[in-house]
Amino acid sequence: MIYLTRRCEFSASHYYHNPEWSDEQNRHAFGKCANLNGHGHNYTLEVTVKGDIDPVTGFVVDLKELKDILNREVVDAMDHRHLNKEVPEFASKIPTTENIAIAIWQRLAESLRVAKLHRVRLYEMPDLFVDFYGEA
Amino acid sequence: MKAHLKRRYMFAASHRLHADTLTDEQNRVTYGKCNNPHGHGHNYSLEVTVSGPVSPDTGMVCNLVDLDQAVRQTVLDRFDHQNLNMLADFAVVVPTTENLTEIVFNILKQSFHAAHLEKVRIEETLNNSFEYAGGAELRH
Repeated sequence: MIYLTRRCEFSASHYYHNPEWSDEQNRHAFGKCANLNGHGHNYTLEVTVKGDIDPVTGFVVDLKELKDILNREVVDAMDHRHLNKEVPEFASKIPTTENIAIAIWQRLAESLRVAKLHRVRLYEMPDLFVDFYGEA
Repeated sequence: MKAHLKRRYMFAASHRLHADTLTDEQNRVTYGKCNNPHGHGHNYSLEVTVSGPVSPDTGMVCNLVDLDQAVRQTVLDRFDHQNLNMLADFAVVVPTTENLTEIVFNILKQSFHAAHLEKVRIEETLNNSFEYAGGAELRH
C-alpha cells in the first residue's frame, strides 16, 4: 500500500448565510463571513490516493489521469467562481471549508476509478485547513 | 511516553521512466514527458518519521546525529547527484517515486535501529508526494 498526494490550487468567492436564521443570528454565527457581498480565498487542495504499485509501470495511479480529474471536477468547477452561486452543491449547503472538502470528496469518489481515495485536505488559508476521510 | 519525530533531507537525481516490457509507443503513452530518452531530474525532499519512547535521560526519541548519519550513509550518498536508472536498485523496476519511496523505506529499515521507522515521505515536486509505511495503513 503506497500513498500519493497531488496538490492544486483554486481561487473562489463565497459567503456564509443560513436562510433559516435571522440576519442577527447569521452575523452572530458567521461574523465577517456573513457579509452577503461575499469575499474570497486562494484554496489549496491536497488529494491523497492509495493503492499498490503496478509492477509494470511502477505507478500507483496515472498522475496525468488524476490531474485531469482534479482539473475537471475541482479547478474547472470552482476556480474563479462564486461558490454559493455557481457550484450546485452550495445552492443548499453553506460553502464552509468543511462542506467544500466533503463536496470535493464526493465528486472525486464518483470519478476516480484507478485508485482509492484516502484523504481530501483543503486549505482555506495557510493556517486553516480541513481533512476529510469519507467518514460518515 | 511515545513520540514521533520527523526529519527532512534533500537530494537531487535524474531519472527516465521507461519499462522494458512495454513498446516505445506504450512507454510514450504511459509516461509522457517522463519518457524523454535523455531523462530529467528533480530535487527530492525526503521526510523520515521515526517513533519511540522519549528517553527520560536525554529527552529524545533518538539522537538526531545517529539518524542523520544513517540517512546520509545509506540513502543520500547512494542517490544524491545520481542517475537513478543507472543504479542496481532500478535494474528491474522503473524509478518512479513510488518505487523510490519503497526502496528508501526498506534501506532505512535495514540500517537504522535506534528508533522505530514509521514512514518515509518523498516529495518529487511541490505538487506530488508519496508515502510508504512498510505496507501499513497510514494513520490520520
